[in-house]
Amino acid sequence: MIEFRKVNKYYGSYHALIDVDENIARGEVVVVCGPSGSGKSTLIRTINRLESIDSGAILLDGQDIHRPGIDLDRFRSGIGFLFQQFNLFPHLNVIENCTLAPVHLRGLTPAQARDEALVLLERVGLADKANAYPAQLSGGQQQRVAIARALAMQPPLMLFDEPTSALDPEMVGEVLLVIRDLAHKGMTLVCVTHEMGFAREVADRILFMDQGAILERATPDDFFNRPQHPRAQQFLADIRSPFS
Amino acid sequence: MIDIIDTYWLYFLVGQYPDGPLGGLVLTLLLGFTAVVLALPLGVLLGLARVSVRRWLRWPVTALVYVVRGTPLLMVVFWAYFFLPSVTGHKTNQFTTMLAALVFFNGAYLAEIVRAGIQGIAKGQMECARSLGLNYTQAMRYIILPQAARNMLPSLVNQFVTTIKETSLGYIIGLAELSFVASQINTQLLTRPVAVFGTLALAYFILCLGLSRIAYYLEVRRSRVAT
Repeated sequence: MIEFRKVNKYYGSYHALIDVDENIARGEVVVVCGPSGSGKSTLIRTINRLESIDSGAILLDGQDIHRPGIDLDRFRSGIGFLFQQFNLFPHLNVIENCTLAPVHLRGLTPAQARDEALVLLERVGLADKANAYPAQLSGGQQQRVAIARALAMQPPLMLFDEPTSALDPEMVGEVLLVIRDLAHKGMTLVCVTHEMGFAREVADRILFMDQGAILERATPDDFFNRPQHPRAQQFLADIRSPFS
Repeated sequence: MIDIIDTYWLYFLVGQYPDGPLGGLVLTLLLGFTAVVLALPLGVLLGLARVSVRRWLRWPVTALVYVVRGTPLLMVVFWAYFFLPSVTGHKTNQFTTMLAALVFFNGAYLAEIVRAGIQGIAKGQMECARSLGLNYTQAMRYIILPQAARNMLPSLVNQFVTTIKETSLGYIIGLAELSFVASQINTQLLTRPVAVFGTLALAYFILCLGLSRIAYYLEVRRSRVAT
């Protein structure tokens, strides 16, 4: 479904992505992990062109999405993107957040969009918050609304850029459970996260990145129990809590 | 001062109307509000151009804004008065001349307020709107501008109050607005300048204070809705 071909990305003279080659299949759940500054977020943001690339190609269902002149908005509407900072629209209430894009892009009537949104809010456990404003919600609730908002465009692919990193610890679980639910329903997911327990349980495959390159591709079992690359071994040793 | 208000209140209010052209406070208000209503859309358009990625749009508008900001309004009024008729071939009346100057001048100032308002919205809002598939125009219209408008409200009101006060420069080109009327009354009376211009000051003060209070009320109400 997503194919990276020798993708390179620079920020000035800094080489952020180095010759990235990767294939992600339809229905696959891929977790990208690695230390800060390793290029994980950059990688995931190139998939819907929030970041440009300097060479190579990224194909989505065979189409080069970094080619000039493609209908970028149509591509993006088929990719759900979740941000670390949720980015709910603060001037709109929950239901308006979830219906804006479907009304303007999928041509639904406001009533249809509202009905669909209520089903999705039910699914993320927030149907009772339909008329609340983002500022009235906790971080975990906001991120679940953001998931419902993304789902309202019925994307076949969802990208998560550290969806729980800005949350208080007690709210991480509720968001991860919603994401796991999506994974079990067969959606294609790419998730950048530091939640190793989640990665171990939900991922089909783990990509380990450091300094702009994918150093290891493995199943969760292989990655956590038999990491091959010395940098991955080091990373796993370092993230183990010194207190447990 | 009371006796002056008592004698001349109608003249302060509407000038020589209905025996002559409309003037006074009503003309000041009419000019001020028309200028604001026309300058605001111009300011939004210029502000959008100021944050555009298209250089052919951004650069000329940026230059224009800098030129206007480095120019006294009085000079723009002179331009409008002497220059506009020679370009259009029509002799424009004083009201239209002053209106054109105010709209042009305030449009440039409002552009800066709009630009700052847009740039004050977190980058993630635009990224998020675009990643849902909204195009740039839709993202601006439904996501960025409504939020920016709320942040801009105090600066906008400030600019509107300024505009009301700027209408007094119409005096220079003989427009019979409030200051002009006051000056005429002063010429008739000769001996009461403090009272006449005190009344003038009071009129402007009440007008602008009222506007500021309305804006404050709107601000409080909107922030209550938001949280």
